[in-house]
Amino acid sequence: MIDPSAPGFWEGLFQVLLLGTGQTLYMVGVALVVTIIIGLPLGVVLVATETGGVLEAPFGSRALGLIINRVLDFIVNLGRSVPFIILMVALIPFTRLIVGTFIGSTAAIVPLSAVAIPFFARMVEISIKEVDTGLVEAAQSLGASRWHVISKVLVPEALSSMILGLSTTVTSIINFSAMVGTVAGGGLGDVAIRYGYQRYSPIHMIAVIIVIFAIVMILQAIATHFARKFARKSAPSRSTGLFFFSS
Amino acid sequence: MISLSRVTKSFGTGDTRTLALDDVSIDVPRGTIFGVVGQSGAGKSTLIRTVNLLERPDSGTVTIDGRDVTALPEAELRDARRGIGMIFQHFNLLSSRTVEGNVSLGLEIAGQNKKTREARTAEILELVGLGEKAKSYPSQLSGGQKQRVGIARALASNPSVLLSDEATSALDPETTRSILDLVKTINRELGLTVLLITHEMDVVKAICDSAALLESGRVVEQGRLADVISTPGSRLARELFPLGPVVARPGTTVIDITFSGGTADRPVIAQLARTHGLDISILGAVIETIGGNQAGRTRLELPGDPATTIGIVEDLRSQDLLVEIVAGGAA
Repeated sequence: MIDPSAPGFWEGLFQVLLLGTGQTLYMVGVALVVTIIIGLPLGVVLVATETGGVLEAPFGSRALGLIINRVLDFIVNLGRSVPFIILMVALIPFTRLIVGTFIGSTAAIVPLSAVAIPFFARMVEISIKEVDTGLVEAAQSLGASRWHVISKVLVPEALSSMILGLSTTVTSIINFSAMVGTVAGGGLGDVAIRYGYQRYSPIHMIAVIIVIFAIVMILQAIATHFARKFARKSAPSRSTGLFFFSS
Repeated sequence: MISLSRVTKSFGTGDTRTLALDDVSIDVPRGTIFGVVGQSGAGKSTLIRTVNLLERPDSGTVTIDGRDVTALPEAELRDARRGIGMIFQHFNLLSSRTVEGNVSLGLEIAGQNKKTREARTAEILELVGLGEKAKSYPSQLSGGQKQRVGIARALASNPSVLLSDEATSALDPETTRSILDLVKTINRELGLTVLLITHEMDVVKAICDSAALLESGRVVEQGRLADVISTPGSRLARELFPLGPVVARPGTTVIDITFSGGTADRPVIAQLARTHGLDISILGAVIETIGGNQAGRTRLELPGDPATTIGIVEDLRSQDLLVEIVAGGAA
């Protein structure tokens, strides 16, 4: 039990929170960038290689398109169904290969990205599927190639919806980042466990909740703003819950 | 200019296989407006989509400007599509782009530089009467304005052919009229060959030079409207000038007289009543102006069964009128 009236308690709390917030933002930020870089193309390929998609027959082979689609779909499902804590441990060899160690905030980015990429890829897939096929036909009637269809029609038209999907993804990464204390990743979740739970400090617990809530709120507001900006039809109607904690 | 030769297209396999186009051949002369009419599910949409190969026919060839587009490899097909503009029922504008962004899409795809694109976009928007809406988004436009943007987008890369897929079906009658006027203007001033599909006979009557009637994937009839109208038993003519169901009372004969060209302004019925001393009932009539000529049909009821009125019918036929006995009741 930590005594809140003890000298230096509030400074200590502040410093612990600052460090935790920094670690969380670092892990979540980098994982998010990795997620976008890999998840976006993955989602696009998932939709495009479907039957009737613009890439249903890459290099003229329908079979190849089908194989790519099925394999990616399997990987995405696998990534989304393994519980994070297990994924984190199972990925240790891979993490070590990439980062050199499996301990610490930087190492935690690998499993965080691994869990967020399939999640975001699905979001991208759903967003792109919402794009009216008539728009694809219109572009094709103008002589558009596959790449044009993807870059000038599918992605820009799905952008607003994808941004909302991204904000759901970030919330989910923040959620999972609370567990990386297991591999000494630090972060706000770790603060809550070590101080709030193991050392019975309700003030630490409440402070962590407030900070996480504030981060999610701010990200949500930013996402909604941009989603509106890119949605030229009407205000985005798809609501993403503040604490969308399941994958 | 556009020529479909023995085009066949089916969807599905096995028991669920349906023939959308069954040995369809049509010929659209350069600079004309050709309308394909038919009920929903007749295959109109499939037909127009085979022209730019959005739908690839199972067999048959599509020739545009003497070039067999069905034989083209993909890159060349994309190139050929730039010469074939297309407009759609639901406009299919990109909501993420402004009006000018939508219009310049085809030019971007063709790899034109920014300066050329801007100049061409401004020019074409002026042509469709939307110069002031360049910076607006599609969501800020009315249906008619959206279709004008669609037309501008289709015309931006100077195509020689315009395909119209039910382009006015989502518009109110007044807007339909203005869009049809625009299409007609484009056809006349830019010499564009237009192939349109529609389920609205009014569209055909308003702007088409020729038409084809499609039924269950087959072309039942096609020809120049001026010829179709004076063709005995023409299905198209009947679709264009519907007179409703025929009910013949006992002891009467119901005939349809088709007027076209010079016969439209003659007092045929008054003469008929006078010379034969008949009590004629007019059951229905339609007169319209097609291609600048008056044309139409009148349905008359004559007293007497078909056997006794045959002389009257012969008399009418001898006056260069097209007469069909559509029903007769025995006395």
